[in-house]
Amino acid sequence: MQLIACPWCGPREELEFSYGGQAHVAYPADPAGLTDEQWARYVFFRDNPKGPFAERWAHSAGCRRWFTAVRDTRTHQFVSVGPLAGSEATP
Amino acid sequence: MAETLTARHPLEGHRDQLEALSAALAPTLALELGELVAAVDLRVDPGSGGADAVEQVVGGPLPARPDTWTALPAGQALRLGPDEWLLTSAAARPEDWEFAVDEAATAHGGMAVDVSAQRTVLWVRGSAARELLSTGCALDLRPRSFPSGRCAQTLLGQAAVLLVAHGEDDLQLVVRPSFAGYVVDLLVDAAREFPPSRHRKETP
Ligand SMILES: [Zn+2]
Repeated sequence: MQLIACPWCGPREELEFSYGGQAHVAYPADPAGLTDEQWARYVFFRDNPKGPFAERWAHSAGCRRWFTAVRDTRTHQFVSVGPLAGSEATP
Repeated sequence: MAETLTARHPLEGHRDQLEALSAALAPTLALELGELVAAVDLRVDPGSGGADAVEQVVGGPLPARPDTWTALPAGQALRLGPDEWLLTSAAARPEDWEFAVDEAATAHGGMAVDVSAQRTVLWVRGSAARELLSTGCALDLRPRSFPSGRCAQTLLGQAAVLLVAHGEDDLQLVVRPSFAGYVVDLLVDAAREFPPSRHRKETP
């Protein structure tokens, strides 16, 4: 178990967080124009790098906010933690 | 005539048990049921001026820093997130409290929702209060890092709770009613470790 630095609450136990998968997956600009294969690629296909990976995390048991963090998938170490989603309001 | 429903503390069935435990463990530990208060969850952009408008209505300052709380004339303002506060009042009726805060917030694009029945209050007091909570909570609860004026949403055992520091020996635990019984069982069980004769453990 390790501490994750929530951008709002500060370092908290990993148990308080939930994982939201790969970050920066943009919603298609024209969803109706996508083929089934392109849609499946958007919905189901994610990168699986060995090394730093930008991910979405939610502080579910704390401030309940989403944020983006870069985690090294080899060591499970958090390389950096970005600001809260949808808000410039960080302490 | 319709029968009037009166609000009842979700832990009412534990009251006798907690009173007996508190009497046996004084002054090391006391677990007490909190009074039922009106509470609203306020969501408003802190940069919008909505916070100022709400402050006029509730009669006190909203906490500016994360994980802190301030006293209101008849309640508390607790900061839950960047754009979220919990505002309580022991004087107002829940529907009036919601209406007053919501009216001030909506003018600035925010909103307030009555959550009076969503949480219930348990007081953990005594010289071993912080030590007792630490048996199920990963936060550093020593007075140096969790002084009076701080609050935090975190986990106590498996339950999500809001911890509020009122003093060194005086902590408020806010929990959802459906988890309250579990939290009491957890704390009563942990309290067996604290005999009444035990001297205060000095914390650096
Ligand atoms: Zn947080």
